[in-house]
Amino acid sequence: MDLIAPLLTGYGIWAPVTWLVAFVAAVIVVYLLWKTGESSYKKGTELERPYLSGNVEPEKGAVHIRASNLYWGFLQALKGYYDVLVPVHTGILTDYMIWFVAVTALVLVIVGMLS
Amino acid sequence: MLWNLPFITVVVLTLIGLVTVLLKKNIIKILLGINILNSAANLFLITLGYREGGVAPIFTLAPSELMVLPTPQALVLTSIVIGVATSALVLSFAIVLQKKYGTVDIDKIRRLHG
Amino acid sequence: MTVADFLFTNAPALLVVIPLFAAFICPVAGKISSTIRNLWVMGMMLVTAAVAFILAFRVFVTGPVLYVFGAAAANLAVPLDSGGIPIRIIFTVDAMSAFMDIICAIVGVSVLLYSLSSESRNSGLEGYYTLFFLMIAGVFGMVSTGDLFNFFVFLEILSLASAGMIAYRIDGGLAVEAALKYFILSTLGAIFVLFAIGVYYGQYNALNIAMIAQRMQFTMLDKIALVLLVAALAMKCGAVPLHFWTPDAYSMAPSSVTAFLVVASQASLYGLFRVVFTMYNITMNCVTVGWIIIIFGVLSMVVGVTMAIPQKDIKRLMAYHAVSQTGYMLLGVGVGLAVLGNTTLTSAFGFMAMEGGIFHIFNHAMYKGLLFLTAGAIFYRIGTRDLNRMGGLGHTMKYTMIFFIIGALAIAGIPPFNGFASKLMIYESVYLFNPLLAIIAMVVSILTLASFVKVFHSVFMGPKLPEYADVKEAPLPMLIGMGILAAIVILFGLFPQPVVDILVAPAAHALADQGGYIASVLGGA
Repeated sequence: MDLIAPLLTGYGIWAPVTWLVAFVAAVIVVYLLWKTGESSYKKGTELERPYLSGNVEPEKGAVHIRASNLYWGFLQALKGYYDVLVPVHTGILTDYMIWFVAVTALVLVIVGMLS
Repeated sequence: MLWNLPFITVVVLTLIGLVTVLLKKNIIKILLGINILNSAANLFLITLGYREGGVAPIFTLAPSELMVLPTPQALVLTSIVIGVATSALVLSFAIVLQKKYGTVDIDKIRRLHG
Repeated sequence: MTVADFLFTNAPALLVVIPLFAAFICPVAGKISSTIRNLWVMGMMLVTAAVAFILAFRVFVTGPVLYVFGAAAANLAVPLDSGGIPIRIIFTVDAMSAFMDIICAIVGVSVLLYSLSSESRNSGLEGYYTLFFLMIAGVFGMVSTGDLFNFFVFLEILSLASAGMIAYRIDGGLAVEAALKYFILSTLGAIFVLFAIGVYYGQYNALNIAMIAQRMQFTMLDKIALVLLVAALAMKCGAVPLHFWTPDAYSMAPSSVTAFLVVASQASLYGLFRVVFTMYNITMNCVTVGWIIIIFGVLSMVVGVTMAIPQKDIKRLMAYHAVSQTGYMLLGVGVGLAVLGNTTLTSAFGFMAMEGGIFHIFNHAMYKGLLFLTAGAIFYRIGTRDLNRMGGLGHTMKYTMIFFIIGALAIAGIPPFNGFASKLMIYESVYLFNPLLAIIAMVVSILTLASFVKVFHSVFMGPKLPEYADVKEAPLPMLIGMGILAAIVILFGLFPQPVVDILVAPAAHALADQGGYIASVLGGA
């Protein structure tokens, strides 16, 4: 059995090992380029401190962007969609059971009519 | 018509059970609805196995052609046991929720949503 | 008879017996000391996994394995005086069942190893491990059994044990609320299944899946039974719009249990596929039912991922992703079902779609289990699941972060991890069926990546926060548990074709080949 045989998808192929080798080669090249750079960075000096146009650095908790602030624009753009979708998850068991029974009935009608 | 009576009972019980489960808001009542549904399913299985004039399927007693089918009875026995376990678990959930939330009303037990 | 022979012959029964035995001895072992209990549960889990692997090996080498309870010989399915009806309870382990057995064994071992330290701070662990082994017995039973009523019994064992596990940490009532929702819905579903069983029994006088499949007429009653089973099992595996219990239950269960709940849902998915492929196959209108499953799949993918993006609870977010990934499996296998009657289309892409869907079951169990375990490790160390209160953990929990990255890239379908391999198979085959579906699947993958970037940023990135200054790396057993799953994610990603050849293709063949299944039980019908 060929361990590194590429994955046949019926349409094309996917050879992960080949790609991995290429990726590793690219990483090595990048590393060599990076090594040629000048190492003027000194640990434990002013170079380590963040520079914010001369302003005082805020405390650490205030710098971190919290989860709720991410994808605000995405959620705002799809507001109409989310205004419908989120309230459907009411948290009330009765609603969930009605969904279940109603979907069963709907599928029954579809299967009964179309087959 | 009379031999269909058990099946009609099954349908009626199923409808009563479904309506109870879907419309009642008290956890205990929902559980009762589920128990009714379970009974309907059990009655359905038992009725399928019934043969008119048959005797209980005890192998040493019955002449083989007059026995009712034993398999549905075994199934129903299992299903009843499962039903008991179900009831016990739901009731214990109801007790804990009554202690923690102070209610067994399904409409008010919705801290997890969205 | 040597021990090895005994193991080999009785493996299907032992698969259920050992976890049940382990479960009920566990409280006794716990009375002696917690070390003995831990050794007991770990030892028993390893034995169970070993039996599962032995059985799977036997199935993949020699074909389906039968185990007839109470018969003179393990493969004597039809007693001589029964008139051709298999009256006994039969375990029929074909390649698809063995495939699910392997998933359950791997996830079971890593989750148990993880639990040993993640749960060590809690009391009442005897009950915890008892329920855990009952879940394992339930999953093994569901995927191994060849008897429909037996399937129902194991389904109920699994629901009862899972509900107990979800409510295990009461958590101010929240966990009990989640368990209540899960359990009442499951019970309703189980009653549907029971009615369907009654319909089959009334019509065909049989409970054996192979027997029902052989006698299948597809009457009106069969249609009703089919719909009841499909709806109940789709609800149990969390397909939209029947998914409402999933985020509640997944987010409130202990993290280790959540990783196993993924496998429990997939056992229901297996049941769904078994019903439509083995019991009905081409006697029914495959196109209609196939499209119903595809629509379930597409809705699951889209609604799951879009609901995940605004979530603030890390496990609730991952739970919505679990819904979304289940959609891929339903899509892949649904496409396979929709073209089942048409030999040309099946060989062109239908079979590949099925393979992709089934491969995705395996991959999903691995990377989703891994992600839930990393979420558990974070919760273990910082005591909150709220994403808004997290940050900067990458400085201290480096290994957890690496495992999280592996899981997140795999779920988003980024090469070279295993999620990419199965998703690629699904994309390319589904594209030939209907390009729109494939495009939806790709967009969903992109959104998945987006939402995991959000999680990664808000949990691990950023400066070291003062409130988490003394957070340490997760304990070693938890890291090993995660490491096993991460290693499989990488290995299956790098060598997908051997896995497909050895595990997935036989499983897909076993599922599609109804005649083979019937013949293996009833003997060359």
